[in-house]
Amino acid sequence: MKKMKKVVCFGLISAMMLSAFAGCGKKSDSGAIRIGGTGPLTGGAAVYGMAAKRGAEIAVEEINALGGMQFELRYEDDTHDAEKAVNAYNILKDWNVQISLGSVTSQPCVATAAETYADRIFALTPSASATDVTKGKDNMFQMCFSDPNQGSASAQYISEKKLGTKVAIIYKNDDVYSTGIFETFMDKADELGINVVSKTTFNTDSQNDFSVQLGEAQKAGADLVFLPMYYEAAALILDQAKKMNYAPKFFGVDGMDGILTLEGFDTSLAEGVMLLTPFSADATDEKTVNFVKKYNEKFGETPNQFAADAYDCVYAIYEACQKGKVTSDMTAEEVCDIMIEQFTTLKFDGLTGAGMTWGKNGEVTKSPKGMVIENGVYVGLD
Amino acid sequence: MDFLSNVINGISLGSIYAIIALGYTMVYGIAKMLNFAHGDVIMVGAYVCFFMTSRYNMPAIVGILLSMFVCTVLGIMIERLAYKPLRQATSLAVLITAIGMSYFLQNAAQLLWTSNPKVFKSVVGDGGIQLTEGLYVSYVTLVTIAACVIIMIALTVFTGKTKMGKAMRACSEDKGAAQLMGINVNTTISITFAIGSALAAIAGVLLCSAYPNLVPTTGSMPGIKAFTAAVFGGIGSIPGALIGGVLLGIIEIFAKAYISTEISDAIVFGVLIVVLLVKPTGLLGKKISEKV
Repeated sequence: MKKMKKVVCFGLISAMMLSAFAGCGKKSDSGAIRIGGTGPLTGGAAVYGMAAKRGAEIAVEEINALGGMQFELRYEDDTHDAEKAVNAYNILKDWNVQISLGSVTSQPCVATAAETYADRIFALTPSASATDVTKGKDNMFQMCFSDPNQGSASAQYISEKKLGTKVAIIYKNDDVYSTGIFETFMDKADELGINVVSKTTFNTDSQNDFSVQLGEAQKAGADLVFLPMYYEAAALILDQAKKMNYAPKFFGVDGMDGILTLEGFDTSLAEGVMLLTPFSADATDEKTVNFVKKYNEKFGETPNQFAADAYDCVYAIYEACQKGKVTSDMTAEEVCDIMIEQFTTLKFDGLTGAGMTWGKNGEVTKSPKGMVIENGVYVGLD
Repeated sequence: MDFLSNVINGISLGSIYAIIALGYTMVYGIAKMLNFAHGDVIMVGAYVCFFMTSRYNMPAIVGILLSMFVCTVLGIMIERLAYKPLRQATSLAVLITAIGMSYFLQNAAQLLWTSNPKVFKSVVGDGGIQLTEGLYVSYVTLVTIAACVIIMIALTVFTGKTKMGKAMRACSEDKGAAQLMGINVNTTISITFAIGSALAAIAGVLLCSAYPNLVPTTGSMPGIKAFTAAVFGGIGSIPGALIGGVLLGIIEIFAKAYISTEISDAIVFGVLIVVLLVKPTGLLGKKISEKV
């Protein structure tokens, strides 16, 4: 028995040594540039992680089919948990990842961004929108809008298009996404002279009943209600507003995307709802139609914004790699310097916007598309 | 006018709390245990009804009856598997088991039905009655209140007049003595759970008819608020659950409307603390002196 134990121990130790050495100093031998990212592939947030992974897969497939520069993609599961994200990132590092796609969701991405910064690996996250993700890191870039930018862009849009004279806001006060947008919206609204007549809030625990919030907006005579929140709560608000015979314009942000595919939702409730979103699966331009078709064929569902963001990430990296003449035998650090240089001068057209540029702080500048829901589909406002 | 419409909104919200609280208080009153999985049985009931009415287009009544049946079976199973083996254990052990059961149900629901939210189709229609300008009562509220009152009366009669009810009250007072008198304590408690779970199914259907957002955690927060309402009204007291629920709803809406939407929950629970300090057994709770 004792002997047996020794044998097992030795076996385990040698296995460990082997796996530890396996990762060392080896460059990609397949001639492909290695791209890796982490995201929630299982658990409650899996819908976002899977979408990003699938979007990126389609882009890599397309690029590899062109011949020329080749990519190899690997996604690891972080279950929307910061600690697991770092473990997942370490797996990618052992695999000699050359360019990172960061993490799909904000909290894990803050953790992996610190790692990629320390290891000098260039990272471009498809969808982690918190400002902490990019703050103080020169090699961390975002494909999506940062939260504050959505708030000010919404205020700008409402003011420019004169969508409402009296504006009410309902936001969720225990959610950084919602409060972040709310705060910057208010700042911008002050600046532009938007008349905000009612500000009310709710939290996860009181997410059922909106009679008071809507009642206050109605009493104040608001003709536009701004809803910086995810579609779950928004669906309830639309339902209750209808029951109260209150019909202002409703204006949402990208969290509203998904409301039409909510199972059992009466889409007539969302008629006329406006939202700023960078991507719409119903758009009719060739790129989007092509992407939606491929995604549908491959995975049997309509892609959401996360899939489009990840798809754009891979193409933006592809463009930058070509311009910077990145090859698969470069080290991650060499690639990182080239990518930073390229990205700060890049002008990129993708599914989620045309003429995107990036600042030195890693935040993207693109113009959001105003959408309005008509007959159960998104239609461009402009 | 504002005041009246706030009162009506408060009653609408409170009636939902009340109907959930009835199930809590029923089980606590007889089995003397806090069934924290009650909120999640509600969620299961709502899902069953959702699948019947929205996916298979069955009439609402079929959905309600089937969800009552499923919840009753589920309630008995939970009791048999999780609580019965702990009949002799400390009440703390049972409480922790109930919390575990609650998480189990939530996660099982997530695996079975995914975490994607679903919109529940109201079983009583969407409309309501417009009393005057700005005063509006939805049918769901009326049905919920009617259901609360009917259930309250039925439970009171059942526990007061029937043989089974008498057995339940006996078990509640002293399990050991009840057993000596020839009452089958296990069966009695199982029946209590069966009734509590059937009530949970009704509560789930009405909860989701009023607030049609269905996710695996749908039952947990209303469950906790309803538990609060039951304590507020005097846990174990059947009319207390109704009064506690309605009052809690009204306080919540008033706090939101007249003070602040940001700290409404703090106010609700603040009021609860004050009430319990003044009257530790809740509004209608009985004071039981322990004999040594």
